[in-house]
Amino acid sequence: MKVLVPVKRVIDYNVKVRVKADNSGVELANVKMAMNPFDEIAVEQALRLKEAGGAEEVIVVSIGPAQNQETIRTGLAMGADRGIHIEASHDIEPLAVAKLLKAVVERENPGLVLVGKQAIDDDCNQTGQMLAALLGWAQGTFVSALDVAGDKAKIVREVDGGLEHLEIKMPAIVSVDLRLNEPRYASLPNIMKAKKKPLDSLTVDDLGVDIKPRLTIVKVEEPAAREAGIKVADVKELVEKLKNEAKVI
Amino acid sequence: MSILVFCDHDNGQFGAATLNAVSAAQKIGGDIHLLVAGDASGKIAAQAAAVSGLAKVLVADGAEYAHGLAENLAPLICNLASQYSHILAPATTTGKNIMPRVAALLDVMQISDIIKVDDANTFQRPIYAGNALSTVRSDEAIKIITVRSTAFEAAAAEGGSAAIETISNNGDSGLSFYVKSELSSSERPELTSAPIVISGGRGMQDGANFAMLEKVADKLGAAVGASRAAVDAGFVPNDYQVGQTGKVVAPDLYVAVGISGAIQHLAGMKDSKVIVAINKDDEAPIFQVADFGLVADLFEAVPELEKELG
Ligand SMILES: Cc1cc2nc3c(=O)[nH]c(=O)nc-3n(C[C@H](O)[C@H](O)[C@H](O)COP(=O)(O)OP(=O)(O)OC[C@H]3O[C@@H](n4cnc5c(N)ncnc54)[C@H](O)[C@@H]3O)c2cc1C
Ligand SMILES: Cc1cc2nc3c(=O)[nH]c(=O)nc-3n(C[C@H](O)[C@H](O)[C@H](O)COP(=O)(O)OP(=O)(O)OC[C@H]3O[C@@H](n4cnc5c(N)ncnc54)[C@H](O)[C@@H]3O)c2cc1C
Repeated sequence: MKVLVPVKRVIDYNVKVRVKADNSGVELANVKMAMNPFDEIAVEQALRLKEAGGAEEVIVVSIGPAQNQETIRTGLAMGADRGIHIEASHDIEPLAVAKLLKAVVERENPGLVLVGKQAIDDDCNQTGQMLAALLGWAQGTFVSALDVAGDKAKIVREVDGGLEHLEIKMPAIVSVDLRLNEPRYASLPNIMKAKKKPLDSLTVDDLGVDIKPRLTIVKVEEPAAREAGIKVADVKELVEKLKNEAKVI
Repeated sequence: MSILVFCDHDNGQFGAATLNAVSAAQKIGGDIHLLVAGDASGKIAAQAAAVSGLAKVLVADGAEYAHGLAENLAPLICNLASQYSHILAPATTTGKNIMPRVAALLDVMQISDIIKVDDANTFQRPIYAGNALSTVRSDEAIKIITVRSTAFEAAAAEGGSAAIETISNNGDSGLSFYVKSELSSSERPELTSAPIVISGGRGMQDGANFAMLEKVADKLGAAVGASRAAVDAGFVPNDYQVGQTGKVVAPDLYVAVGISGAIQHLAGMKDSKVIVAINKDDEAPIFQVADFGLVADLFEAVPELEKELG
């Protein structure tokens, strides 16, 4: 079985984002970018499946500008076998991403697609579910344990009330949550090796998908800043303030 | 214009976040219908009919709807879609699982996690862990929306008398199968709707020490939450996690104990009315958002707090 892992290039999670002065979006120039942390977990899971003999090939795919090839190389340095880059602008919507991924799935016929549960920039939490819908496949979302056995997979999902165990039919889309695994770091020799691994480039036209945006961003603003309050000297003062000033207890 | 709201429930209990989604629908304006899909969900349907402001409750009953499986629910919702201008669901794990599947089947973009309704086509939603707010407009014939419950008051659970109408089933997709749940049971209030939340972080050092927070929580009628670091370390279960990738809370009082205040944690609690931070590091970023900061060792401060509360 092949495993396909879509990886997104996002602003590094340590960076404090700034809204552009013209309110059209957030500042991306000269900002440190990285692979979406959830996607690192997805790549790691694909590699573990392969190492355990459950997959033959791990393919990472990224949709976005030319720099997304760096994100693909990160996946290859972790151990993925080959990459596919689909050239598009950075602001492509999840529905369009899902349609492009569907076209890739139809070309590659993977038995499993591992996506991140959400991208930490737009926080949409949509792409995997949309791809599952378009393919008519089962979806396992927010997954913290995965066990593939033949034409079924046992999954554990992180839900509001705790954990939920499901069995899903393969092929399937699985969206990964934080506690599925701890992703490996790429070693220097593997980073060097990754440079020679195959990386195909495709265009949106090659795949024949309409990616016209459906939503219009009217404006992007900074939220109202929260003012820092005061330091209290001790627990007594804290309780007194909560009772008499804030009146919340 | 009619609006369909998806009712989140677990067949036993009516999900409180549904009431916030109803109130978001009221802001959009129009006839509001609530869809209750479940297995023997008559009790839920009766509760739904009592919610104020609903024109109709639609009930789909069948074993295939017992566990909120997206593969079975999305086609059911899609069959109803032509009658509606908007379909809303609370941004719970159930809503987040199902609605993108609905949107893709209808070939429309979903608007995730809205916090404000500007008009029937325009909505505000947080991006980048709430560090930016994006106003988006959809000109599509139908809007598929998930609603952040902390951003909308709950609609009244009583006072309504909506008509209940049974609709036909779609059958089982045969794609996914429910096995079992491991739900955290707690006598304390639910994290996302509790008026007071007390959360512990890595500074708690181990799971047993959370008993200190629980004692305070019991005195205050509070829910107990945690940072990701505390969940990852196994101190508490996953459903305690507050933050960008966990639960979003906005209680009257949020007490952060041994939590540094990473942006991913702040994303889940910075809309709380009053924030208290207890941390031994006076430079911890949590103090930048705290109304009342106490620089202290939590192992002394928390037991003292419990005593002070009497
Ligand atoms: C700087 C910036 C500006 C933006 N401006 C706009 C704008 O003007 N208009 C607008 O509509 N949207 C804009 N966006 C949002 C962007 O279009 C969304 O990031 C995109 O719609 C996908 O949403 P998501 O990443 O939240 O998806 P999610 O559904 O949260 O992503 C889940 C998973 O899907 C996969 N995935 C998602 N995207 C890709 C990808 N490109 N390649 C490979 N895998 C992927 C990954 O596995 C990811 O973990 C902007 C985003 C950024 C970063
Ligand atoms: C993709 C991604 C998603 C994430 N999502 C979330 C999320 O949803 N929620 C979340 O919380 N985090 C999330 N994180 C993690 C986040 O970045 C931080 O790592 C995490 O919040 C840190 O938890 P903490 O504050 O408990 O631990 P630390 O940062 O280690 O802070 C511990 C604090 O305890 C204090 N302390 C220690 N001992 C004592 C003592 N005896 N008395 C008083 N104070 C003491 C220390 O001074 C310190 O400030 C995410 C990260 C990533 C990359």
